[in-house]
Amino acid sequence: MDLAFAVFLQVVTGVATLLIISLGLAVIFGMMRVINLAHGEFLMLGAYSAIVSARAGLNIWVAMLIVAPIVVGVIGAVVERLVIRRLYGRMLDTMLATWGLSLALIGAVTMIFGNSVSGFSAPLGSISIGGFRSSSYALFLIGAAVVLLVGTWAVLRLTPAGLIARATMQNPEMAAALGVSPGRVYAITFAAGAALSGLAGALIAPFSGVVPTMGTVYIARAFITVVTGGAAMLAGTLSASALLGSVSTLGTFFTTPVLGEVIMLGIAIVLLRLLPRGITGRFFRRSL
Amino acid sequence: MTDRRLWTEIAAAVVLAALCAWGLPLALQLYALINATIYVSMAVLALSLALVWGFGGILCFGQAAFFGLGGYAYAVAALNFTGTSWAVPVALLVPAALAAILGYLMFFGRISDVYIGVITLTVTLILFNFANSTAGDEWHIGAAPLGGFNGIPSTPPLNMPGDPGTPLAPQQIFVVAVACLALCYVICKLVLHSKFGRVVVAVKENETRAELLGYDARLYKLGIFTLGGAMGGLAGLLFANCVFVSPTMFSLFYSGQIIIWVMVGGLGTLIGPIVGAIVLQILTTWAGTLRDINPSLILGVILMAAVLVIPRGILPTATTALARLRRHGAVR
Repeated sequence: MDLAFAVFLQVVTGVATLLIISLGLAVIFGMMRVINLAHGEFLMLGAYSAIVSARAGLNIWVAMLIVAPIVVGVIGAVVERLVIRRLYGRMLDTMLATWGLSLALIGAVTMIFGNSVSGFSAPLGSISIGGFRSSSYALFLIGAAVVLLVGTWAVLRLTPAGLIARATMQNPEMAAALGVSPGRVYAITFAAGAALSGLAGALIAPFSGVVPTMGTVYIARAFITVVTGGAAMLAGTLSASALLGSVSTLGTFFTTPVLGEVIMLGIAIVLLRLLPRGITGRFFRRSL
Repeated sequence: MTDRRLWTEIAAAVVLAALCAWGLPLALQLYALINATIYVSMAVLALSLALVWGFGGILCFGQAAFFGLGGYAYAVAALNFTGTSWAVPVALLVPAALAAILGYLMFFGRISDVYIGVITLTVTLILFNFANSTAGDEWHIGAAPLGGFNGIPSTPPLNMPGDPGTPLAPQQIFVVAVACLALCYVICKLVLHSKFGRVVVAVKENETRAELLGYDARLYKLGIFTLGGAMGGLAGLLFANCVFVSPTMFSLFYSGQIIIWVMVGGLGTLIGPIVGAIVLQILTTWAGTLRDINPSLILGVILMAAVLVIPRGILPTATTALARLRRHGAVR
C-alpha cells in the first residue's frame, strides 16, 4: 500500500514536472503558432537567475518565484522585439532563428558561468509515507503545477486582457479594427510565455542541476508534449503531460531511466500516427 | 533544365571533384586532410537533407538518425564480416530501410509538416538514448560491442575491394569521400532531372494539384525520403572512416547543424548546402580554437543572422545579385 502510494506520488510528480516545463512553450505555440526552440534555454536562464540572485543573498523563494520569471520575461520581450517580430507567419524561419538563439545563449552562458554543474538543494525537508521517504519539494511542485495551470486558464478566460489576447489570436485583423494593437498583444504574450518558462526553470533547478546545456534535455520533451497535446493549449498540454509523464515515470520505475524515456517517445510517435492533430484534435476540442 | 546544361553541370562537378581528389592530398598535411575528409562526409550529409527538404519539401529534423545508423551499421558489419566489402551496402541499406518504414508511417498516415519534424526528432532521440545506454558486455551484435557512451573506437577503415588485409590509407579514404560526394551530387542531379524527380518537386510545390493530376504524392515522398536516408547513411559511413562511431552522431547538435548548413547554403539548391556545410565546418573548427569566445555563440549568431538577413541562403542570394549586376551592366 505504502509502495503503491509512493509510486503514485512519483507519477504525479513526473506529470507535474512535464506540465511545468511545457507550459511556457504551449502558451507561445498555442497562442502565436510560434515554435520557440530556445524554450530550453529560457528554462536554463530562469534556473541561472534564481541561483545567481540566491547566492547574492536573496531569499530562495523570492529568487525562484519572482526574480526568475521577471528576468526571463524581460529577455523574452527583447527577443520578441529583435527576432520573432520580423518572422511572424513564417513558422519554419522562426524555428530556425530560435534554434540559433538557443545555441547563442548556450554559448554566452558557458562563457559567463563556465561549463560546470551548479545547483541548490531542494528547500523544504522530506516527508515519510509509511516506510518510504519523499521530498516535500515534490509536493510543492505538484501544487505549483496546479496553480500555474489554473492561473493561466483564469487569466485567459476571466480577465479582459485574456479576452483581448484570445481574440487577437483568432482574428488579428478584426481585433485591430476594434482598436487593439496585435503587435503589442503578441509581444506581451511572448514575454508571458518566456516568464512562465523562466519560472519553470527555477522550479526544476533543485533536482535537475544547473548547466548551460540543461535546456537541451528538456526542449525535446516539452516540444513533444505540446505537439502531442494538439491545438487546445491548456487541455492539450495537461492531457499530454498526464499521459506521457505517467508512462515515462512508470517505465523508469519498472525498467531503467533510459528505457522509460524511450518508451515515452515511442508512445508519442504511435499517438501522433493515430491522432495526427494531437490529442485535442480528437478529444476536448472545444476547451482552451 | 535542358539536357545540355545538365550534362555541363555534371561534367563540371566531376572535373572539380577530380581536381580536389588529386590536388588536396598533395597540398595538405595529414591532419588537415583527415579534417577535410570529415568536411566532405558532412557535405554528403548536407546534400541528403538538401534533396529531402529542398526538393521533397519534407523538413526532416532527424537526418542525424540516418547518419548515425549508417555509421553504426558500417562498424558492426565491418567487425562481423571479414573485410568491409559487405559493410558498405549494409551501411546504405539499414538507414534506407529505417527511412522507408518511417516514411511509410508518416506519409501514409497523412501526417503534416510540423508533426513530421517532431516524429523524426523523436526517432533520433530514441536512437541517441538507446545507443548511449548500450555500455557493458551484454550489448553486442555478433563480434561488435556497442560500447554505450564511448561508441565503437575500433571501427575498422575501408579496405581495398576484395583484399581485406589492406586497409586504405587516409589519403585514399579522402579520395573515396570526394568520389562519393561527386557521385551523390550526380545522382541527385539525375534524379531531379528524371520524371520521378519532377513529380517530387511538383508535390512539394502543390500537393493537392499533383494528386489531382493523378500522382500518388505519398509514394513520391516515400521514394525521395528513402533515397535521402541512404545518402545520410553513406555520410555516416564516411564519417566513421575518419573518426569512429559514437552516440554523438545521433545528437540533437548534429540534427540541427545539418539544417543550418542547408538553410545558410540555400534551400532548394544542391551546391549551396555543400558549400554551406564545408564553410561552416571550417568556421566551427576555427571557432573551436578561439579561447575567449564559445563556438556555439558564433554558430547561433550566424544562424539567426542568416534567417533574418538572407532567408533564401547564400547561393540563391548571390545568384540573384550577380544576375542583377549583369543586367545593370548590359543596360549601361
